[in-house]
Amino acid sequence: MATIDYTIPGEHDLETLDIHVNVGPQHPATHGVFRMVLTVDGEVVTDVDPIIGYMHRGNEKLPENCDFRQAIGFHDRTDYLAQFNTEHCYVQAVEKLTGITPTERSEYIRVILAELNRITSHQMFVGAFSTDVGIFGTAFMYAFRDRELIQDFFEEITGERMMYNYFRPGGVAWDVPDNFRERCRQVIGQIKKGISDLEGLIVNNEVVLARCCGLSRMSTADAINWGVSGPLLRATGLEYDLRKAEPYSIYDRFEFDIPTGKDGDIYDRVIVRIEEMKQSVRIVEQALLRMPDGPIMAEGLKRVLRAPEGEVYMRVEGPRGEYGVYLVATGADKPYRHRVRAASFCNLSALRAMSVGNYVSDVVIILGSIDIVLGEVDR
Amino acid sequence: MTFLLADNVWLDALLRMAIVGMLVPVGVILLTWVERKVIGRLQQRLGPMRVGPYGLLQGVADTIKLLTKEDVRPDSADRPTFELAVFVIVVPVFMAAVAVPFTSDIFVRNMALGLFYFLAVSSLGIVGFVMAGWGSDNKYALLGGVRAGAQLISYEIPLILSAVAIAMLGQSLSLYTLVELQDDTPFIAYQPLAFVIFVIAGLAELYRQPFDIPVAESEVVGGPAVEYSGIRWSMFQMGEFVSLVLISALASLIFLGGWIWPFSADNATWLQVVLMAVKTSAFILFFMWMRATVPRLRIDQLMALCWQILLPFTFLQIIINGLVLVYEWPDWTLTILSGAAAIAMGTLIYRVARRSGVLYQTSGATQRVGSVL
Repeated sequence: MATIDYTIPGEHDLETLDIHVNVGPQHPATHGVFRMVLTVDGEVVTDVDPIIGYMHRGNEKLPENCDFRQAIGFHDRTDYLAQFNTEHCYVQAVEKLTGITPTERSEYIRVILAELNRITSHQMFVGAFSTDVGIFGTAFMYAFRDRELIQDFFEEITGERMMYNYFRPGGVAWDVPDNFRERCRQVIGQIKKGISDLEGLIVNNEVVLARCCGLSRMSTADAINWGVSGPLLRATGLEYDLRKAEPYSIYDRFEFDIPTGKDGDIYDRVIVRIEEMKQSVRIVEQALLRMPDGPIMAEGLKRVLRAPEGEVYMRVEGPRGEYGVYLVATGADKPYRHRVRAASFCNLSALRAMSVGNYVSDVVIILGSIDIVLGEVDR
Repeated sequence: MTFLLADNVWLDALLRMAIVGMLVPVGVILLTWVERKVIGRLQQRLGPMRVGPYGLLQGVADTIKLLTKEDVRPDSADRPTFELAVFVIVVPVFMAAVAVPFTSDIFVRNMALGLFYFLAVSSLGIVGFVMAGWGSDNKYALLGGVRAGAQLISYEIPLILSAVAIAMLGQSLSLYTLVELQDDTPFIAYQPLAFVIFVIAGLAELYRQPFDIPVAESEVVGGPAVEYSGIRWSMFQMGEFVSLVLISALASLIFLGGWIWPFSADNATWLQVVLMAVKTSAFILFFMWMRATVPRLRIDQLMALCWQILLPFTFLQIIINGLVLVYEWPDWTLTILSGAAAIAMGTLIYRVARRSGVLYQTSGATQRVGSVL
């Protein structure tokens, strides 16, 4: 009769293997064509390998073969959720380089549109993030209901829904419609209600609290070392916003606060963004009151813009963080060097540090909380 | 009391099973439409509107699409496991449907151990999920299958134990008898704690939000079902929706007095049908409402909720029942004790969820302090 071996298999008898899970480029949680290879030990992620470049279209090189004005469209296509903010940055860079002063009215139009665009971008974030956390599309639809109002408004002004191409060095392409003020007030009123709806769905939701509080905490020092900017940096508690730190355009004329978090965890990142939407509403309301009449384009501009020899770095506070444009001019009608500092790219570089050691489901919401736009990461 | 469909007992049983087998898919088609409409309304959309009036035929169109779709099987899949898995999921669900009486007349078999049979058979489906996860040779499916196994096995226990609490009160495992006992007071009045636990565990058994971890769209993209297409995929859907109906029907039978409460035991058949339909739909709509509003828990939170909160409280419910039954305390003590325990459980879950940020500590490297809800 055979004897039965009653020994319990110890750790050495059982061989376990980490598996590599390929998340993306076609995966609902990667917000585009981002790919990350997760090394997974059970449910815990032991390594993250981000792979980017699926959406590289040469958005930095192509403008070097374009007239200064032609390159505006390429900036719509970098951060395609915050087109006005990126255009604003590029247009100001060209203005700095060529010494053009934009008209007063166009400055106000730009600021209003850029702030509204910040709201749409954050609405997109809240919607996408809520699906990452697992709400079956409800917060997403609420966010998009209001986003649609702003998109329609943008369409009325620019004729485009996505690639606006509306700002120009020295002003804007054409004047806004006559009913601009009323329409804008109407939209803003709806947005305010929408923000409180979103707060009700997300901010005080116990499951969201249980999932997001304390997850992927980041200290201010770490954030600065990783080059993190925007809401992620402010969520760590640092009051740093380029609109206040080095006021560009006419931002020094408005009253607004910089919302900050305490822990730099996922929850703070969401809260900071929702608060930022409210601050943007404040800025737009003030700008609407003060917007003057007048020309929308600076006088005496040449048909072909030529920039004197020199270089310029212009940065603005985009919805995702610092969006910068570096231009080198040699006196020609084209930039000699054109480079974009993308906030998403720098923020994404901290992904590994934030997610190793967390659960697979947490890595998904950590990625969601960075709020990447792949067009900006890959350019 | 029961009417026979045919004189021969075997023929009668076969006919009844055939009716269940045919009614259930039709019900599923309708239910998918209802779910899409309800969730659409909750999300300020219209839901399906194009196929038929108010999109009523959307389910039919989807069925035809699924039936005619190519049945794709991954090359590297474990063929028998992959192909059998869907049957292992769907067949137990149909088998469980046999035991559920919908009114005093309409049922397939009135079993003396109906409750026991239902719970035993419906837990077989777990095997199917693990098989699908393993047999697909896909890492998402594997993760989902393992999650499904862990989750469904864990939540079987509070589900079954809360049903045990009811069986203790009724001194019976026959669903028919249990319903007849509730002619003036439904069991929910005596067992609020067991009811809450049953609904939570039922949500987890149906893997719907906030417990849709095995099929999490944004993480494992459908989990065990990720490699299935066409008719095989639709069998996953069918299993899900039939279980939804069955769990809802079971909850209304053992907690809400089935076809009797709030009327008398000998009410007309149409009234019985209406009562059951209203109660069952209330549960189904509740599950759909949850789906549209609640985010997903993490797997460790899910486990903690089950083993650290639900399970001790189900034992508490059973102990309360035992004490009351043995010492023959009056009925209202059950209501008070169970209700107090239900409130205590709710408060506990709420407080732990609120301060979870303090307990959950990870900073880059793995630094995990137990599992924390």
